Amino acid sequence: MKDVSQTRRRLVIAGSAAGAVSAMGFPAIVKAQSDKIRIGHLTPLTGFLGTIGEYAAMGVKMAAEEINKSGGLLGREIELLSEDSVNPATASSKAQRQLERDGAVLLLGEISSASCTAIAQVAARNKKVFFNTGGNSDEIRGKTCNRYMFHVEAANTMYVNAVATALLRNNMVAGKRWFSLTADYSFGHDLHRVSSRFLKANKGDLVENALVATDATDFSPFLLKIRQAKPDIVVSNLAGLQVSNFIKQYAEFGLSYPLVGFDMAPAIAWASGAENFSGTWPVRWHPDVASPSARAFVTAFTAKYGKPPEDQAAAEYSTLKLLVQSMNEIKSTDSERLIAHLEKEPEFDILKARKGYFRKWDHQLMQEMYSITPKPKAQVKNKWDFLQLSSPLPGDSAKLESLAPTREENDCKMA
Amino acid sequence: MAAIYLLEQVINGLLSGGYYLLIALGLSMIFSLGGIVNLAHGAFYALGAYFAIEVSAIWGFGSAIVISPVLVGLIGIVFERFILRRFYSADPIISLLLTFGLSMVIEQLIRMLWGAAPLASSIPTALRGNVVVGEFLYSRYRLIILGAVALLLVAIWFLLNRTSFGRVVRAGVQKPDMVAALGIKLQPYMTGIVVIGVMLAAIAGVMFSPIVGVHPAMGSEIMTAAFVVVVIGGLGSFWGVVLAAILVGVVKGVTIHFIPPAGEASMYLLMVLVLLFRPRGLFGERIERFD
Repeated sequence: MKDVSQTRRRLVIAGSAAGAVSAMGFPAIVKAQSDKIRIGHLTPLTGFLGTIGEYAAMGVKMAAEEINKSGGLLGREIELLSEDSVNPATASSKAQRQLERDGAVLLLGEISSASCTAIAQVAARNKKVFFNTGGNSDEIRGKTCNRYMFHVEAANTMYVNAVATALLRNNMVAGKRWFSLTADYSFGHDLHRVSSRFLKANKGDLVENALVATDATDFSPFLLKIRQAKPDIVVSNLAGLQVSNFIKQYAEFGLSYPLVGFDMAPAIAWASGAENFSGTWPVRWHPDVASPSARAFVTAFTAKYGKPPEDQAAAEYSTLKLLVQSMNEIKSTDSERLIAHLEKEPEFDILKARKGYFRKWDHQLMQEMYSITPKPKAQVKNKWDFLQLSSPLPGDSAKLESLAPTREENDCKMA
Repeated sequence: MAAIYLLEQVINGLLSGGYYLLIALGLSMIFSLGGIVNLAHGAFYALGAYFAIEVSAIWGFGSAIVISPVLVGLIGIVFERFILRRFYSADPIISLLLTFGLSMVIEQLIRMLWGAAPLASSIPTALRGNVVVGEFLYSRYRLIILGAVALLLVAIWFLLNRTSFGRVVRAGVQKPDMVAALGIKLQPYMTGIVVIGVMLAAIAGVMFSPIVGVHPAMGSEIMTAAFVVVVIGGLGSFWGVVLAAILVGVVKGVTIHFIPPAGEASMYLLMVLVLLFRPRGLFGERIERFD
């Protein structure tokens, strides 16, 4: 039997130690709490973009923990306010609450371009910066750009240009007949505008562009239409989960036309399954990206969450990191000073081989992109490992900016 | 040529009608007997798909198609005996709120257990491939699903029309008081109908997950369409639901052939048209309790 008196003694010691800690430590904790710097994070955690948003929440949380462990922001801890943005109206009211009531010094996040616009308006009104980590539409960096919004997510044009090299090299554009499917909402229309501009500039033909309602899950009627039109190339301007459903059903019907898509994320490709995945697609980031910082991030994320990170996790993680780094450098959390600093185009490690910077005139992050194709079956090691990542685009000799929309393509006039 | 293409879409529509049919049938049965609009029905469909992924990983797809619906059926028993039962005679708005809340709870539980990211699911290798008949192309897997749905339909029809269980259920739909007066307790029958209903939803979840994807919101995704089918078919009508599901599939296919973006909207237009001319739906019976 265990010595009772020893157990009791231990209990007494432990108890008094706890008492001492709380007596001395408690005021310090209270002080630290009021001292924390709040940062607002909004992203869809439910609905058809919620599947990606979960990765965003995991990435940003991990970054915040690492930052707090290594000295924090201006010597203070950061407190993350991470919430489900739901839809543009809710995103707008939550952004307003985080900035006006909770005192967040800046905002980051989002996936839906429409919610980005809503949050950006609130941020601009409060003269606080908002970092868009997941909205792709060219329009929000062009026509509706504003100086309080920065874009970590690549623009649709950058996604299109990332696969363009592969398409031109494989002779899939000039003189070829394309059949495209486009998600019937603002994002899809924007992507179609950009991808058909590329097709036209390179002398291809668009046989048909079929608009697909965003709640469509059965693509069989569309697949029959495609087969009836006998195109050379099938193009997806679809978004989110619809992309993985489409890839699955494309494999199910066994159509032989090469597949090309202009919007993709690793999680969407993973959900389509190794047996079904085909085609050439662009990605902003993938866990196989070769850079020391990406390797460290993938290892830490996998250890923490038990699965490899998705692009949206990397986007959130590197955004919060580069923001804290910048604010530590300028020794301020003031949005105006942060804008002035970033407009000097300093370079950041963004978990890619080459460093990235925000372009001054539209606040778009200049960065490497990649394309993915199916990996040869023999090389597939597990359920996440069936995507063959291209070397970074553009190649070493070209400027990062060569992928981004030009002023003629996407003029941004900041107020 | 154009006519052949159109015909191809019509036949494909017949096939894809099965997608809504199993869910709509269960919804209709539960409503007819219990007077409860089960907004959580889609959640059972999602659970069916998630259980199938787990079971397939261990014993393969063949086991999943049996074990997953059985598991969901067991949950159905608990659902009926401890939750639904209290609300048969309550104001319908209460049971609407209850099942709506339950659907959110289950969706969030799925998110907590399996994560928000979609899970990969594929058609089993043995069932892959497609069938070309003349000019027409069909997916082999969908033809197999159609066969399975037809078999299930025959089984349910037989159960409702040729067994004593079915006789009590049909009597209970029209005259619950009379059934009670004859000394028959309707409660075990109600448990049976709920279990059959949620099992049909789970079977749909298992069969369609390789086609439409497995993610937490998959249940709410299919519910609206399932309701449209029930409303078009008419409450309490077995064949009404069957015909409505086929109609929705065909109308959608034909619409996409001519005006692709209107594909999803077409079923709502169909519903409006049917309700204009037949307010009770195609074969809707008059149920006194609900008048």
